[in-house]
Amino acid sequence: MTAAVRRRRADASSGRNRAPVLFVVPAVVAVGFLAVPLVGLLGRTPWTSMATELATPRVLEALRLSLVCSLGAVGISLLLGVPLAFVLARFEFPGRNLVRALTTLPMVLPPVVGGVALLLAFGRRGLAGQWLDRALGITLPFTTTGAILAEAFVAMPFLVITTEAGLRAMDRRFEDAAATLGAGRWTTFRRVTLPLVAPSLGAGAALCWARALGEFGATITFAGNLPGVTQTMPLAVYLALETDLDAAIALSLVLLAISLAVLVALRDRWFPTA
Amino acid sequence: MSLEAELGLTLGRLELEVELAVETGELVVLLGPNGAGKTTLLRALAGLVALDHGRVALDGAVLDDTGSGAHVATEQRPIGFVFQDYLLFPHLSALENVAFGLRARGLARAEARRRAAVWLERVGLAGYTGSRPRALSGGQAQRVALARAMVSDPRLLLLDEPLAALDAASRTEVRRDLRRHLASFDGTRLLVTHDPLEAIALADRLVVLEGGRVTQTGTPDQVSARPRSRYVAELVGVNLYRGRATGAVVEVDGGGTLVAAGDHHGEVFAAVHPHAVALHRRAPEGTPRNVWAGTADTLDIVGDRVRIRVTGPVPIVAEVTPAAASELRLADGGPVWASVKATEVIVYPA
Repeated sequence: MTAAVRRRRADASSGRNRAPVLFVVPAVVAVGFLAVPLVGLLGRTPWTSMATELATPRVLEALRLSLVCSLGAVGISLLLGVPLAFVLARFEFPGRNLVRALTTLPMVLPPVVGGVALLLAFGRRGLAGQWLDRALGITLPFTTTGAILAEAFVAMPFLVITTEAGLRAMDRRFEDAAATLGAGRWTTFRRVTLPLVAPSLGAGAALCWARALGEFGATITFAGNLPGVTQTMPLAVYLALETDLDAAIALSLVLLAISLAVLVALRDRWFPTA
Repeated sequence: MSLEAELGLTLGRLELEVELAVETGELVVLLGPNGAGKTTLLRALAGLVALDHGRVALDGAVLDDTGSGAHVATEQRPIGFVFQDYLLFPHLSALENVAFGLRARGLARAEARRRAAVWLERVGLAGYTGSRPRALSGGQAQRVALARAMVSDPRLLLLDEPLAALDAASRTEVRRDLRRHLASFDGTRLLVTHDPLEAIALADRLVVLEGGRVTQTGTPDQVSARPRSRYVAELVGVNLYRGRATGAVVEVDGGGTLVAAGDHHGEVFAAVHPHAVALHRRAPEGTPRNVWAGTADTLDIVGDRVRIRVTGPVPIVAEVTPAAASELRLADGGPVWASVKATEVIVYPA
């Protein structure tokens, strides 16, 4: 127990640590503001018909598509994002900060803008899309691949940032030790670096997956809203709101449950217990 | 068959400029204060730090030569490195840690594990093959690190403060084991420490490194008998002076003179063991040729002796018995006379 913790506990027991009303009231309002919508969702949930709501072909199709697209986005992010994080963490090169800013831009960019940008780049008449279409006959917009790309565009930064932080925090002398034991760069990366940053990598992948799963704006803009092709769960929820409220609620609940699961899985990382 | 290194490099505030030769079969201990560049020197020999200039050769094969641009990557060097805090891979078991080097060098998994198990048994850890490093004690971790460094039969073994992370209780035992394992190693051995006891216990030859430079080299006996720097003098606990000798008289830099036996000329060191210094409350009469009036200053208890620092024209530390200290009431300080026989002043060229 550190001195600071001891002092805090002493303060708490002597009552000097009681929060002032000035802060308590807005704090309670804030908690209510964040919690009431969730309570509303749970209160309005058609628990008895949940199973039938979720078992309709349209919902199942959206569920399947969401899994395929979000896992695909995580796959792309791992394949490209981990090397990117490694390069950003380990090598000095001109414009590194610019590259880092660029990689994290999708985190703050409105997803719709991301979708428009993707359309302009990979659309049929887009910068790269034109060439893809003509040379390889590949069309991305309004396809499942397009939905995966849209999700990866928005979600990859979460993986890159978390992994890079892990790589920076790691004691690099373990890599030196591996080198003195005869391990080349690749062996060292695979057998030492990756296992040592596995917690960060796992957290990054979970965040990335959660973000991809909930992705709406970029997907609908770039990939459209085609049932069975690009209509993922968030899109289905939005559509169902107008036709079948119970189905929308059921789908929302599934997404909420997944978010909670991710939060619980990462709790030790974000809220370490003292 | 040996290590030959002559290298220079700058790292932060450290400017390392070292010439070092280690014969095979000889255990050389690099001794020096913190920040002297000992660890950096080891890392440079391992290829983990780039040289500004210089040449490193092991058993005749060039590992580094800035003149010709030759450079052998760390993973290609036939070396074993024991790091100060061991750096055992936390996600691997003791066995996998030891097998790591063999696997990396292309040995099949089963064979690597078999050889690693043999080594774990050799260092007395046969029952710990599945243990993760965090479940091992400091002494056990040290032995795993040693096994990991030695298992692939390196030609050069580099050990960075291998006992520093241990508590005093386990250090003696681990040091004895370390000595035994080092004795069984037939390559070139270089060990770094800042602990003079460890250095003297292990070394065939000492190399003293201070501020990135080698200040002294020799057997432990040679080094402690004739210190060539304040650092070594303090380690072995002698009074060391530097000055100019003319015949038997040494003019000490910073004032005062010492009379020694024999005939010396030019720049010299003069060493006086504290137990050779006698203290008196009144001006002594007799044979000692060196007598000064001074002031008893600080007082330390070292084992069953008392050390007294005497300020004066030639500041000196004297070592007396507690009985003598109390008889002369040295704890009170005040004026004292210090005397040293000329034959007790050891003079050697600087």
